[in-house]
Amino acid sequence: MQLVLDDILEKFPFLTARDSADHNAVNCPEDNFLECIQQLKDQFDYDFLIDVTAIDWDVETPRFTGIYHLFSTRKHCYLRIAVDCADSINPSLPSLAHIYPAADWHERETYDLMGIHYSNHPDLRRILMWDDYPYHPLRKEFPLAGIEVPLPAADVAERTGTQVEPAPMMGGPFVSSADGPMSQTEPSARDESWTESKTKPIV
Amino acid sequence: MDFIFVDRETDISMHTDKIGYDSKIESELIVTKADAVINWIRKHSVWPMPMGLACCAIELMAVGASRFDISRFGMEVMRFSPRQADCMIVSGTVTYKMAEVVRRIYDQMAEPKWVVAMGACASTGGMYRSYATLQGVDNIVPVDIYISGCPPRPEALLDAMMRLQDKIANEQSSKTLLSGNRSESAEITAAKEGR
Amino acid sequence: MTTTKEISIGDINARAQVSEEGFKGESMSLNVGPSHPTTHGVLRLRMELDGDILTKCDPVLGYLHRGDEKIAENMTYNQFVPYTDRLDYLAPLANNVAYAMAVEKLASLEVPERCQAIRVLCCELARISSHLLGVGVYGMDAGAWTVFMLTFTEREKLYTLFEELTGARFTTSYTRIGGVARDVPDGWLGRVLEFCKGVLPVLDTIDKLLTRNRIFMDRTVDVGVISKEDAIAYGITGPNLRASGVDLDLRKDRPYLGYEKYDFEVPIGTTGDCYDRYLMRAEEVRQSVNIIRQVIGQFPEGAYYAEDAKKIYAPQKSKVLTSMEELIQNFMIVTEGPQIPAGEVYFEAENPKGALGFFIVSKGGGVPYRLKIRGPSFCNLSILSKLLPGHYLTDITVILGSLDFVMGECDR
Repeated sequence: MQLVLDDILEKFPFLTARDSADHNAVNCPEDNFLECIQQLKDQFDYDFLIDVTAIDWDVETPRFTGIYHLFSTRKHCYLRIAVDCADSINPSLPSLAHIYPAADWHERETYDLMGIHYSNHPDLRRILMWDDYPYHPLRKEFPLAGIEVPLPAADVAERTGTQVEPAPMMGGPFVSSADGPMSQTEPSARDESWTESKTKPIV
Repeated sequence: MDFIFVDRETDISMHTDKIGYDSKIESELIVTKADAVINWIRKHSVWPMPMGLACCAIELMAVGASRFDISRFGMEVMRFSPRQADCMIVSGTVTYKMAEVVRRIYDQMAEPKWVVAMGACASTGGMYRSYATLQGVDNIVPVDIYISGCPPRPEALLDAMMRLQDKIANEQSSKTLLSGNRSESAEITAAKEGR
Repeated sequence: MTTTKEISIGDINARAQVSEEGFKGESMSLNVGPSHPTTHGVLRLRMELDGDILTKCDPVLGYLHRGDEKIAENMTYNQFVPYTDRLDYLAPLANNVAYAMAVEKLASLEVPERCQAIRVLCCELARISSHLLGVGVYGMDAGAWTVFMLTFTEREKLYTLFEELTGARFTTSYTRIGGVARDVPDGWLGRVLEFCKGVLPVLDTIDKLLTRNRIFMDRTVDVGVISKEDAIAYGITGPNLRASGVDLDLRKDRPYLGYEKYDFEVPIGTTGDCYDRYLMRAEEVRQSVNIIRQVIGQFPEGAYYAEDAKKIYAPQKSKVLTSMEELIQNFMIVTEGPQIPAGEVYFEAENPKGALGFFIVSKGGGVPYRLKIRGPSFCNLSILSKLLPGHYLTDITVILGSLDFVMGECDR
């Protein structure tokens, strides 16, 4: 496994090794990304794209990192590639849809939940939330309870008077953080956006 | 031949164990309230519309299978078309995206109709307290019976259907049927009577 | 914009003439909505039809998106186990095991052999349960009600076994990080063997009913063909991939839980049509029975959890109530969660529907920083917009049933 990683690092000088608990992982700069992926597929036999996702590092820079998992059906080994997004406000990455058709839906999902824009994607629109949903839920500043928006279907909203409301978090899953003195780490729900003492958040 | 005199005011459907009349005297004629007959017919042939969304749908299918036979109650006719169904069993998590669909299908069902919220997710949102889950299907449709459980055991679903049958037995169906305002739905009648 | 044309069609020849003259209609758009008996769960297909033949298909997902990944960032590793049940809710035990293994990999924790054997049993029984439902509902979609009833009766026997082991019929939440929740009860292994003995004749009956059935074969042979290249390109895994001829089974190629000790075969298909996928599942049930018999034959003794994982697995209740150190340990694990070191890990297990993967990023502590669930059904469905066009409308039922997907793990 280490040999494979050494091979890859030698072939592509712009890659750096990444800390990982199991599989080979590399960091790749955005500019060489597409060419690297194409060569990994053609020459190194990584013909299977398993997963495309992203991590939101919140206050760190760069804020978003795109993560790609590749698999080789012949050598049975995985490779994780991490690409940092240069822009933290409007993150963007090149799309792999023309190299791996599987990337199509995965990138739509990452765009939907994280807000990363994939350039040259054939059809970039939301896939899990409805088309008009204004937020990207998996970003760290978005509360788990959600933010109030109107229901996607206007006529149903009118008849029933419902809208998308933040979910009540009182009595939420009780977790306490490990740092700090015991007297201050009382188990409580992590998302305290709406509780008995705080009113429901409306944007 | 035992004669048991049946009080004419008695609702026959409630005292089926005491029913006894001699057909030689009264011939094949029972006198009862219209409500009793209508409710008796309706409750013994409730055709569920399975709004099977998630894991509870699997327990619903298990109820329809041979171990927990729902056919004993006349309810094995799972009609997916809302026009042909009486009772919508919402089984599974209702998300905001799906809420519109549930409401539309409920509106397409013909009167009389009932809704059973099966499971924790349909009753109150369950353990999914998040940005995408409707916290209880009663925000969208009026619910008659709530079943707790994640998923509720098939016995619990059968118990709930039996309670629904009891609820149907107590309805004032002839009033709704024969009243001038035909489009008044059961929920509006109930709201007017403060039920 | 519609144009009307008056034609009087007298006999078949005249009709043929008209269509040769280039009588073109409009394509019809049809919505196979989220609430539909054919789409197993809430999948919506927006299609365009030319007569009876599909020209375009656009699947719409997200009707069961409950926000699992965001929920995971707000609770400890053990508190998330019930959510993993509800991903592939036809084989909950397999999801539990896959999740626990992913977290244990991050913690570099090895569980004892007895625990591994119990987990293998759980995975294989879950596989039988899921495939039985897959075959049963597939038969029902194609019109064979008896098959559905037969498989559900067998699944009820499985549910009784699960209930004895874990406490719940399904949605078991049986594994914990570092082990399983409780040991196997007395006599349970014997009952599992009895079940295995009983399920094989039922499979034979289903075989006799479906496999050489003229109607079933007409409906499924050469329908919904997925080629080898397409299957790999679109990220399909599991029986669907193997039906297309690709030899990839994570139990054999990247063994986990001691699968290398057991001797079993992996069926590989030839054409990649719906018939192959059905045969795949029926054969995999037989192979699972084979594995279960071997596991029970060599069932190891020992602990059912990692006893030396002091900060990860909660100690025995009897010790918690009497000894101070175990009390503190229990308190820390329940309130702060199992302490998993920082790092990133990706682990995939061979679930009945495909390869279920968990990508976990941890910054230390008891709560994950990011949890991504790679649902096999999400990837399996991505081929629909390429696969369905060109087929008849009535083939949709058969193709969707053969892909055997679950919306729970598709939408998460």
